[in-house]
Amino acid sequence: MQDRNQAHRIRKRISTALTLLALFIIMLIICVPGLWIVLNSFRPTVEIMAKPPVWTPSFTLEHYRAMFGGAGEGGVPVFAYFRNSLIISVTSTLIAILIGMAGGYTFARYRFAGKSSWFVGLMIFRAVPGVALSLPLFIVFARIGLIDTHLGLILVYVAMNVPFTIWLTDGFFRQIPKELHEAAEIDGCTRWQAFWKVEFPVARSGVASAAIFAFLTSWNEFALASQLTRSVGSKTMPVGLLDFTAEFTINWGGMCALAVLMIIPALILTFLVQKHLIAGLTFGGVKG
Amino acid sequence: MRMRRLPEWLVLLLPAIIVTAAVVLIPLLFSLYSSFTPYKLTRPSTLWIWIGTLNYEKILADWNFWSAFGRTILFLTVVLNLELLLGLGIALVINRITWGQRALRTIIMFPMMFSPILVGFQFKFIFNDNIGLVNNTLQSLGISDAALPWLVDAKLAMFSIMFAEIWMSTSIFAILILAGLYAIPRDPLEAAEVDGCTAWQKFRHITLPFLMPFIFIAMTIRSLDVARAYDIVQIMTGGGPARRTELLWTLMSRTGYVDARMGLANAMGYVSIILSIIFTVYFFRKLSAARNELGMGG
Repeated sequence: MQDRNQAHRIRKRISTALTLLALFIIMLIICVPGLWIVLNSFRPTVEIMAKPPVWTPSFTLEHYRAMFGGAGEGGVPVFAYFRNSLIISVTSTLIAILIGMAGGYTFARYRFAGKSSWFVGLMIFRAVPGVALSLPLFIVFARIGLIDTHLGLILVYVAMNVPFTIWLTDGFFRQIPKELHEAAEIDGCTRWQAFWKVEFPVARSGVASAAIFAFLTSWNEFALASQLTRSVGSKTMPVGLLDFTAEFTINWGGMCALAVLMIIPALILTFLVQKHLIAGLTFGGVKG
Repeated sequence: MRMRRLPEWLVLLLPAIIVTAAVVLIPLLFSLYSSFTPYKLTRPSTLWIWIGTLNYEKILADWNFWSAFGRTILFLTVVLNLELLLGLGIALVINRITWGQRALRTIIMFPMMFSPILVGFQFKFIFNDNIGLVNNTLQSLGISDAALPWLVDAKLAMFSIMFAEIWMSTSIFAILILAGLYAIPRDPLEAAEVDGCTAWQKFRHITLPFLMPFIFIAMTIRSLDVARAYDIVQIMTGGGPARRTELLWTLMSRTGYVDARMGLANAMGYVSIILSIIFTVYFFRKLSAARNELGMGG
């Protein structure tokens, strides 16, 4: 009996140790590539390029100074790119949320013929690969003069984000009992009022997470943006990363600095909604 | 006389339908048409020449196209399966840890914030044969003397882009499966324990079936944007060297933008679109089947 207990305890300890080891390796693989970028944005180019490698990093703000300084070596119009990214992402997110919320509400509350086909039909539009879409969009936009404009990219991102927003908000509206808006209507609200006064406040966190998801998609998109933008007036940050590449060389330090600038807003937003985001995806999917 | 009013659901859905139709459907119809012409960007008049299915015949007879197609299928199969397995593994490990769940969950979501193009550059940097982290580490530890050509050798390059893709997208599986693990009811697991089931039996017959809908949600979400891998591959290798990592998407963009042969590229585009749609519809059906099994449909 004593022996069996001891064997059991040892086995338990080994399994705990293995779990911790696995966790450590997982975290290492997830974190190191990202941190490597952050670290290198603070290292002088000579050190990044050193052969044999320098393992004790020194600290410099050279890349950030060059990036924000504008002209000169590594002079990339970061502020213009940041502004473009911000304008395009925020506007397209707002529009996509309004349209998508209307759609999500429809799927959650109304019954109509061919409902699931409509749903899958809309999702299919989201599944069209960006590269495949960029070829015809490029030609069409060139004809109507939407190439290299904010409006062009905003339109594209709205269309890209609407289906997914519908999916997410649908899940959240479904969680709200129907009795809630029925009660409001009995009290004399119109359906419109009932939605904004009763249902929207309840689903607000879900809508917020859908918004952040849409924002991140637009913020990070490259395949379409790289073809539909040309100049400083409309290029977004992911396209701006390419400014650090030349024919055969890449300014790694500068690129890492811009990358850090790109990640920070995404990081903050993801932190804010992580809980709601998971809830939204699973409710939308499992109970949908 | 009043016009007959549209049903309410259609009014609410209409903006979504109009936007997607305008931005996606119209260009797609245009590209469908142009895939039947020898359209070249440099000569606009070629848009009006109808050549029937010649473009499709051309790509079907093209060895480069088929090898890119096969490589894309291989890439997606390997990547999606590994992401699922690793995601499941990560979720199970984290579920066993009793402290710092919130922090761990946040760290897992870390790669989700990265732009695919950024992931591309990041791993191009890390796998760089001269100054990359991987080679530097291997050489400093004395594991390998020579610099391994991570992005040049056919097999190593394929491994590198798969690694980047898996790094970026495993978190969506991990996080959704973890959400599933939290939602598992305790009773059946405890009952199984009383009945003397082994850990594997519990996992196989209780945990896994319960997780299936969550796995299908993750698969469905992933199938919506598998083509994001284009950004990574385009940056890391550009389909090269010598077409060794050419995927359908890189081949298409080269044909369209570099060679300016839009008609031909759009024909390839359609193959990739159909591929994505098949994926999406397949997983949507799996998802609703899994839902019905759990009695959550409706």
